[in-house]
Amino acid sequence: MAEKRLRILVAKPGLDGHDRGAKIIARALRDGGFEVIYTGLHQTPEMIAEAAVQEDADAVGLSVLSGAHMTLFPEVMRLLKERGAGEVAVFGGGIIPDDDAVKLKELGVRQIFTPGASTEDIVKWVRENVAART
Amino acid sequence: MGNKKHWLETTYKQASERPVRFSTVSDMELDALYTPDDVTGSYDDALGNPGEFPYTRGVYGSMYRGRLWTMRQFAGFGLAEDTNARFHFLLGQGQDGLSTAFDMPTLMGYDADHERALGEVGREGVSVSTVYDMATLFDRIPLDRVTTSMTVNCSASILLAMYLVVAERNGISWERIGGTIQNDMLKEYIAQKEWICPPRPALRIVTDMIEFCARRVPRWHAVSISGYHIREAGSTAVQELAFTIADGICYVEEAIKRGVAVDDFAQRLSFFWNLHNDFLEEVAKLRAARRMWARIMKDRFGAKNPKSMMLRTHAQTAGASLTAQQPINNVVRVAIQALAGVLGGIQSLHTNSMDETLALPTEQAVMVALRTQQVIAEETGVTNTIDPFGGSYAVEALTDRMEREANEYIRRIDEMGGMVKAIETGYPQREIAEAAFHFQRQLEQGIKIVVGVNKYSIPEEIPIATLKIDPEIEERQIQRVRKVKRERNSVAVKEALARVSEACRSGENLMEPICEAVRRDATVGEVSDIFRAEFGVYTDPGWI
Repeated sequence: MAEKRLRILVAKPGLDGHDRGAKIIARALRDGGFEVIYTGLHQTPEMIAEAAVQEDADAVGLSVLSGAHMTLFPEVMRLLKERGAGEVAVFGGGIIPDDDAVKLKELGVRQIFTPGASTEDIVKWVRENVAART
Repeated sequence: MGNKKHWLETTYKQASERPVRFSTVSDMELDALYTPDDVTGSYDDALGNPGEFPYTRGVYGSMYRGRLWTMRQFAGFGLAEDTNARFHFLLGQGQDGLSTAFDMPTLMGYDADHERALGEVGREGVSVSTVYDMATLFDRIPLDRVTTSMTVNCSASILLAMYLVVAERNGISWERIGGTIQNDMLKEYIAQKEWICPPRPALRIVTDMIEFCARRVPRWHAVSISGYHIREAGSTAVQELAFTIADGICYVEEAIKRGVAVDDFAQRLSFFWNLHNDFLEEVAKLRAARRMWARIMKDRFGAKNPKSMMLRTHAQTAGASLTAQQPINNVVRVAIQALAGVLGGIQSLHTNSMDETLALPTEQAVMVALRTQQVIAEETGVTNTIDPFGGSYAVEALTDRMEREANEYIRRIDEMGGMVKAIETGYPQREIAEAAFHFQRQLEQGIKIVVGVNKYSIPEEIPIATLKIDPEIEERQIQRVRKVKRERNSVAVKEALARVSEACRSGENLMEPICEAVRRDATVGEVSDIFRAEFGVYTDPGWI
């Protein structure tokens, strides 16, 4: 039986419109063989958590370039748990200083990719670190 | 002499060639050599002298021999008083114009106390929710002497109204203030993605502002037609050129439809280009842009006043070209990009700071960026003669080619029924996403090199100091906005907002009612809510 294709939700929380990175990642993940759902811009944490549940996502990739990551990432994590989807792997990228990345990982964010990360690295990381939810 | 084909088949063929792709950063392949064979068109038709049609060599007769470009560093962070202090610092360092960066909530039409503003207040720019914030932002700045640029789009009508009210309260008449508001909504749907309502009502608000400024604020540039964000989103240089000029065509058409004569507003349209790494491509792009705009204004729109045909422009070095790795190298990139801008004949320039891929810039980093412009202006000698690249076979051939390829895009957009239609079908958005993906792939395959990222990288990065925004400012700004809302005359505000609603429906020019609303302390968020209620909310189609 064929293995279930992993479903990845690529999401843009907050107000910033920088979607160049998110779109490139979404496309690279799709080319890498994953099923990708892209939320589009300007999503609230509620919208993202809801979409993750509705779409039965195995992982959520968050992209934030506005500096609001310390507000938005924890809120998405909290809402996922609240909806019983705490095991969804959350990873992210953007303009995220190292100190903040450490704090986010302590909160359970699995990985943070910063400028210069290649799409290959990200695809590889997802392949090796995300498991299908049962 | 000069037979290029023969030379390529003999001398060049016998010489060695490195096994790389000889293409621009936009992946436009270049010939090994350009010769007189590659340059077409007569001098007068294709170039003209500076200050003369088609302005390829510059819009002004004496260019930098007459006046240097305006050094205008984009600044904004935290509370209005923080940014005001940065403005005074920059003016003290020899900068001659101001440029304001607002935070995301302000740019998207939310007050600091809105739940969607949480975590974003003062982070990416300065927070302005009320006319009092605007007054603090420009405290002790002579608005009749310094020109101000404001980078804001979907909430531009409200921010301009606040600026006008601050001027009037300082006893300065609207006729005397000069500046620019970005207000280019078309490129928002294409690239920067800050919006409130759908494209058509947004275009109506822009046109209201063009009409209003033409009549009431004659020294104000009501739109800065911007390629900058298109390029940052990942477009090629030709796409930047084409989509920006196509946006300009759309604004001109709308204003003419409104009944404003072309020569009554066109000279107050200005432009804003990106300055990327590929030196020759950027110089050629700026020269091509001037020639295209001049021809379009004259031939397509029948402009008679030469000023209507002159493409005057601000430019900014490419944020997306900066690297988080070995960030001090960014100083070099910025210098080269800025030099391309100057050799391309820009009128106003922002140079990025080395730390801007990491955070908003520190005062020290901003000073290096400003000094970069001053070194170009005062030390390099490039200002001594006008358009020194004019007549270069390579640059002229590239200029011709970019104009040709951009015109092909414009032809396709015209066929679709114009830029609004093209945006509604996602055409420019997809073209840009495709180019961005192509570049990323070339980068990962090593076809394109970024120093310090995919070549010459170092194992341990040396950290540089970055600006930290105090998280407490969010709470302070929230309290400030709430205080204004508590203490104002709420009946007067309600009446004024109702008038804005009425104008939305009747088609009356929105600017007077908005000015009155902010005079009575209506906020950025409240006027934006009227737009949301009257025009609907645009959501991202989320095309990959």
